Amino acid sequence: MGSRFLFGALIMLIIGLVMGVTASSCYLVPELGVYFSKLRPMHVSGIIFWILPAASGCVYYGLEMGFGVKPSRLLSIAHGTLWVIAIVGIYASYLCGDFGGREYWEFNPVWAFPIALGWLMFLIHLIKSIARIPKWPVYIWMWLTGGLFFLFSFAESYLWLFPYFREHIVTDITIQWKSNGSLVGAWNQLIYGTAFFLMSRINDGGFDQRSPLAFGMYFLGLFNLMFNWGHHIYTLPTAPYIRYTGYMVSMTEWVFFIKIIYHWKRNVAEAQRNFHYLPYRFLIASDIWVFLNLGQAILMSIPALNLYTHGTHITVAHAMGTTIGINTMILLAACFEFWGASIKPNKWLAVAFWATQAALLAFWVSLNLAGLIKGMWQMSHPQTTFTDMMNSLRPFFMIFITSGIALASLLLYWAGKLLSLKKKRI
Amino acid sequence: MVNHRYPRYIFLFLCISFLSFSISIYIKPLYADAGASPMTLMDGRLVWQRYNCQSCHQLYGLGGHLGPDLTNVYSKSGKGSKWISAIITTGVAQMPAFTLKEDEMEQLIEFLKQTDACGSADPRSFKILNDGMCHQKQ
Repeated sequence: MGSRFLFGALIMLIIGLVMGVTASSCYLVPELGVYFSKLRPMHVSGIIFWILPAASGCVYYGLEMGFGVKPSRLLSIAHGTLWVIAIVGIYASYLCGDFGGREYWEFNPVWAFPIALGWLMFLIHLIKSIARIPKWPVYIWMWLTGGLFFLFSFAESYLWLFPYFREHIVTDITIQWKSNGSLVGAWNQLIYGTAFFLMSRINDGGFDQRSPLAFGMYFLGLFNLMFNWGHHIYTLPTAPYIRYTGYMVSMTEWVFFIKIIYHWKRNVAEAQRNFHYLPYRFLIASDIWVFLNLGQAILMSIPALNLYTHGTHITVAHAMGTTIGINTMILLAACFEFWGASIKPNKWLAVAFWATQAALLAFWVSLNLAGLIKGMWQMSHPQTTFTDMMNSLRPFFMIFITSGIALASLLLYWAGKLLSLKKKRI
Repeated sequence: MVNHRYPRYIFLFLCISFLSFSISIYIKPLYADAGASPMTLMDGRLVWQRYNCQSCHQLYGLGGHLGPDLTNVYSKSGKGSKWISAIITTGVAQMPAFTLKEDEMEQLIEFLKQTDACGSADPRSFKILNDGMCHQKQ
């Protein structure tokens, strides 16, 4: 069952990439702007439905490989079927211009029901499965946390359906970004749990998944999932304690994660690195992207600097850097571990791997530079119009689109390679 | 090796803290200074969502990046309700023309007016405190 979720997720990755490249061209070709309001949500949903089904597929796989727990046929089929219904409905909703939702979930809210119900099936399966496992390693805690908090935050992101929450603008926006922040934290828990599971397989027995350090890192992540979303709303006139909580918590971010990966990497033998050729490399790539995005996240979380970066393309760079550089790299590592662990090192794989990282770096840097210029504009150039400022960003958008096309092509290459590996297994 | 009971206690403690924090935010409208907002404002938010304005525009810096932030567009010099209505009807640059019903236009403009009234999203209107936090200038 895990492989079906990964297969479906890879198809959504392909859709999300094609939509993303098409939508980005609207920055340079104004005539395409008329389609942007449909292309952007199609891109965002494509990527969300790459990450979530892939992460749940990894959990199904992990429980089976690590503990011999076979997925419940009824629950996993119900989960998959409900999500297929939701995804088809969501894309039909976009094509017909039937919006009505909010950022990340812009489709008609009716499609939120099959998503939530499907996730509930997944959660029941997860809880039933781990109840049989004694002394959970840290990644089981992370999977459970991701499963529980996704459902909670997803439901919270629909509180606006009740007039009570909608009638007070500031509280409404606060809750919207509270839930969105926790949603990302929830899927990160699923994916980092998968990264820990992979580490334990690659570095067989050399990494203690029950150590105080591993749990310290996990609880720090959970603490951030719960309280580190205030940097989205520093400019919103909400209660100071909400903004200060976000500020203080964000300063604790990531520290243990880097430390623990550093410890793990040091202990991996050369033979293991070659045996798990692509999984190992994609995990190391995610490590480097954690480092880059960590630096950026900490700077963006300082309110005095956030005034310059908020609402600019630096935020986009951060979102892209984390979803592609961290989440996608870990999920690709997982897919190659599950389907293609026996792939032998060769020159072309190495070239494709490094080209992917180079394209992502160019993409990330161009967005950061565009954001920096917009940030300076919004702080000190009131006489220049928005259109003039956007025109001055065109050279960066050119690099962003060119590197985006290269990156999308390379990710399509990896997706194609994985789909062919899956075909061979069948 | 961690005693397997400790993670449960810490997890429960964090969950209770999180729920308390969440509830403190949920009950804010109960003791907000302003009374309940007019129905047109709440409906205006739905019009904003129905036409997916957020894919290009931002409120308080949150949303798409193709168009400008609209938090304070209502009170901006030379703009206001007629200007907003004209831009929506005719379109500009990458923005297509939208055909809104009369009541939808009214609700959307009321929503933008109320959003504007609750604060400023202009980063220049903030002062930076010694602890690094920023506060809206009075």
